[in-house]
Amino acid sequence: MTLRRLANLWKAQTSFRKTSAFHRSADRAFRLLTLLCAVSTLLLVGAILWNLVENAWPSITRFGLGFVTSSQWNPVKSQYGAASSIYGTLVSTAIALILALPISVAIALFLTSYAPPWLARIVGTCVELLAAIPSIIYGMWGLFVFAPYMQKTVQPMLAKLPGPLFDGAPLGVGMLTAGIILALMILPFLTAVMRDVFSMTPPVLLESAAGMGSTSWEVTRKIAIPYGLRGLIGATFLGLGRAIGETMAVTFVIGNSHRISTSLFAPGNTIASTLANEFNEADSPLLEAALIELGLILFVITLIIQILAHLWLRSLQKRQAR
Amino acid sequence: MTELRLSHRPATARKALDVFVRAFSVLSAALGIFFLFWILWVVLQKGHTVLSWSFFTSAPPSPGEGVGGIKYALVGTLKMTGLACLMGVPVGLLTGVYLAEFGRHGAFASGVRFCVNLLMGIPSILVGLFAYTIIVLAAPRHYSGNAGAFALAIIMLPTVARTSEDMLLLVPDALRESALALGIPRWRVITGILFRAARKGLLTGVLLSVSRVSGETAPLLFTALNNNFYPKDLSQPTANLTVTIYNYAMSPYDNWQRVAWGASLVIMAFLLGVTLLLRFILKERHRS
Repeated sequence: MTLRRLANLWKAQTSFRKTSAFHRSADRAFRLLTLLCAVSTLLLVGAILWNLVENAWPSITRFGLGFVTSSQWNPVKSQYGAASSIYGTLVSTAIALILALPISVAIALFLTSYAPPWLARIVGTCVELLAAIPSIIYGMWGLFVFAPYMQKTVQPMLAKLPGPLFDGAPLGVGMLTAGIILALMILPFLTAVMRDVFSMTPPVLLESAAGMGSTSWEVTRKIAIPYGLRGLIGATFLGLGRAIGETMAVTFVIGNSHRISTSLFAPGNTIASTLANEFNEADSPLLEAALIELGLILFVITLIIQILAHLWLRSLQKRQAR
Repeated sequence: MTELRLSHRPATARKALDVFVRAFSVLSAALGIFFLFWILWVVLQKGHTVLSWSFFTSAPPSPGEGVGGIKYALVGTLKMTGLACLMGVPVGLLTGVYLAEFGRHGAFASGVRFCVNLLMGIPSILVGLFAYTIIVLAAPRHYSGNAGAFALAIIMLPTVARTSEDMLLLVPDALRESALALGIPRWRVITGILFRAARKGLLTGVLLSVSRVSGETAPLLFTALNNNFYPKDLSQPTANLTVTIYNYAMSPYDNWQRVAWGASLVIMAFLLGVTLLLRFILKERHRS
């Protein structure tokens, strides 16, 4: 009797030891698996950078730094330069930010302080839905509907303004149209962040400012905006990062020309649109390498923006923790 | 602390400015809504003419005659998105688990977190370029649906990882501790208890990443290309909705352009539906 009991106890103990050993190794394996997945994200970023550099190498060695400064793009003479694409990327992004920043601040203001809650909910959803429309539909709408409208109505009006920005034939497609559509595409992201920033301001501050007789714009201008300034700048980084690599919508409406022109009516190109347009037709290895180098430049620009945004937000968190 | 200086301007000017800003903000909101409905209206108006049951079940049209259908592109997109999920979701999920359960505040985890953010911010056309150099160029040059799915998976990965981490962190630590106190091994706690507790949130992340890739065109341009035949498997260039829209919209044929609008309507309806659904789910979470 006791012997059997002892045997049972012994059996239970060994089986416990076995299962716990099993669980311990299973735990270790599981942890290792998750670690591997986490490491894969690091490897992925490294691999993307490495691959771009490797495949762009023929172009890097051939053109050197001149690639960035030359605006020549001549497949017949095998001369390639990135200046027009870089210029177009920066200008279209700048237009988008200049238009979208004030509008998104205004919409965020409307949502957080002017509109009654039911209206804010509806408007908020609508603005959010702008982000759900895929890039290619913005492009089609831009090319077939918005560009003709720009050509017939908006651009002739703008052309009356003095200055070189609005010179030239109103083509509909071009830098300005691309910038406006980009503005529309980053609007929901900017608005969402601005809205969060505004609603983070402590109500006590807002109420005391209002109690001193400030108008509601003064409350916003002197309390809410300074309070959330760092967050607002962070939001700008976010919008910048989104606009700079946007491809399909821009490809449809920017006109795809390798010429740098001061007029915003003129067709141009961006790094992403050049890639989308020409990569599949690249018939020489050098052209392909040059296009990949364009991609590398875009990657480096995004990398810099992300790192700046990261450092910015970290300093923000540190300040808040204090 | 910035000091609040009282303005010495007369009250009327200050009030006028205030009214102006109010008007500007109402106008901006109206502008956003106006553009949304303009785009929705255009797509609906140009796309609904071709919409019918046979639009989903027929082969693509030849240039210049008939509207045919988008069956091949639809199947190709579904297959590629499915394969992308199979690759991107597990890796993303486990990365999220690492960040939320094992790494947490460590230096390595914050490095991983930075890389995940970086991946999220990489323009999708560069992901396409990467998939091209790594899969298509693997000699001999060969475009395939697999390469397209690989690119889509890379785009899904960071979204899944980020939302998984956030959703797992929402589960209270008391639940982890009481499960561990019962002697349940760590991996069972995570897969059996935490996954179940955060089920809805994890699903939201997957849905979010699917909605992110299903409108993507750029990563497929150099990888999956397009195809006029039924996508039996993904080892060949594969028909898909977005590149079909791009090619047809840029073509001179009237019937192809109409198909492009019809396909756009299908994608847009899907994406708006998913976005509203996600909003609804998140709202419900918020309330409970």
